[in-house]
Amino acid sequence: MPGTFAVFAKRDCPTCELVAPVMGALAARDPAFKVYSQDDPAFPEQVATVEDDRELEAAFRHRIDIVPTLIRFEDGVEVARTEGWDAAEWRRITGIADLGDGLPALRPGCGSKSALPGVAEYLQVRFGDSGIRARRVEFGDYDDEVEVCFERGWTDGLPVVPPTDVRVLRMLQGTTRKPDEVVGLIPPNLAPCTVEKVAINAVMAGCKPEYMPVVLASIEAALEPEFTLHGLLATTYFSSPIIIVNGPVARRIGMNCGLNALGQGNRANATIGRALQLIVRNVGGGRPGEADRATLGGPGKYTFCFAEDESDAGWQPLSVARGFAPGVSTVTLFQGDGVQGFVDQRSRAPDELARSLAMGLNAIGHPKMALSQRAVLVLSPEHYAIFAEAGWDRARIEQELQAATEREGDDLVAGAHGVGEGMPAGMAGQKVPKFNPGGLMIVRAGGPAGLFSAILPGWIAGRNHLELQPVTKEIKP
Amino acid sequence: MKSPQWMRDPTPETAPLKRARLAPPPSLEGRTVGLFDIGKTRTKEFLDRVEFRLRERNIRTYRCGKPTNAKVATPENLQKIAEEVDVVLIGLSD
Repeated sequence: MPGTFAVFAKRDCPTCELVAPVMGALAARDPAFKVYSQDDPAFPEQVATVEDDRELEAAFRHRIDIVPTLIRFEDGVEVARTEGWDAAEWRRITGIADLGDGLPALRPGCGSKSALPGVAEYLQVRFGDSGIRARRVEFGDYDDEVEVCFERGWTDGLPVVPPTDVRVLRMLQGTTRKPDEVVGLIPPNLAPCTVEKVAINAVMAGCKPEYMPVVLASIEAALEPEFTLHGLLATTYFSSPIIIVNGPVARRIGMNCGLNALGQGNRANATIGRALQLIVRNVGGGRPGEADRATLGGPGKYTFCFAEDESDAGWQPLSVARGFAPGVSTVTLFQGDGVQGFVDQRSRAPDELARSLAMGLNAIGHPKMALSQRAVLVLSPEHYAIFAEAGWDRARIEQELQAATEREGDDLVAGAHGVGEGMPAGMAGQKVPKFNPGGLMIVRAGGPAGLFSAILPGWIAGRNHLELQPVTKEIKP
Repeated sequence: MKSPQWMRDPTPETAPLKRARLAPPPSLEGRTVGLFDIGKTRTKEFLDRVEFRLRERNIRTYRCGKPTNAKVATPENLQKIAEEVDVVLIGLSD
């Protein structure tokens, strides 16, 4: 036989059991022949000395996907391999014309244990170069790694998943982007944030690898100048980024746009929003009490992310309204607060409901304030049905709400109705809209029962409304 | 013993890994100083003297401690002390 041979096998593989006599025959002819057994060093019994590869190091180093795999080496270099049992191939590679006589001509092999889901990254870390460049933070044998994360100030107050090498490698599998690519400079410290740092923080947030493209798009959206992330994270006001996901990605990764869409319980919703917040905290240094000067803050600063319900063919999704083609997955980032609940269980006509919603919308920030805030209206299915049955589409609802939220300046000026807060005196005698054009975004979400909708008030920026805008980005792999 | 364990740093790595101690307060004026007896011999005499000097400066003190230096302080004990004081001086003696 020219060269030397090795077979990679496991007992828990019928094809390996089938070719056990063949391995015995090869061992009898060639003392240098090796069998690497992945699950039982006593297998195959026909071979006196079997290499114990239960740690899978040999399988990793030889990139074994299938067992049995026969490899021929010449001068230590692999020159031929075959997977499974293919009598003709085994005979050609070994040069033994009658090898495996009496066995079937072909039998497919089984998966190598080194190719099981999740094992590749583990082996890469254990026996290879992980390629991870971020600094190692070591901890002691008896340290609780979750507590180490708390002590280092890496958490939002809830436990995080410790970013071990294996977890970070798996997270990086969720994107085609290179780990050392810089996504942007994260305020307030304007620290460069690589894809690898995103992956580390996504691990900590509890993300699955398939969420990575959504997290990356969210960061890119947040870093657009018109999103003003620095001001948002530092503001004394309640606001923080709210992420609204559109397109097929939402279903693919199992996001919630239905029952309790704005609440807890869905991993993708919860962890994508959290990953963005952890990146602001850990990479950018935006921590409460430091750069983050929120007077009260809000629960949305842990995480606030949901998907739009696009199940109604008559409804134009938010992403399409914002200029993206149907079927394109996007994130829209909005500078917003928590949920202001809106109840109307009696209005049945669309104009009646629009006037009613306007009352809720006019209350955001302060009922006497106007033109200083945006808002997202999350229309529940039952409220939407009232508009849809009347043939009102997105554009019509927006138009009607814009009109219905317009008020008499006399009621809004500072001092009116005995309240100091209010608009400049010069607005007396005018009609004053609550929102600048485009200042109200409508999204559909929610469970099937309940004549409730949600208003997500926006950040009071106190500046030209065009300097502070929501941002929509396409989600790319 | 387990093999070396580590995590990856989620920060931009601009600060040293070794964490800095909390900065001491700029002044003890108006603060309560805990005098923590770790349970070693003659710690009491040492802390009595420190307390005398602090009271000379009209600084409030709060005596606390644990029964023996051979055991760590219980969380309940530390929480009780945290309720009472602004800073703690730990007495080591022999």
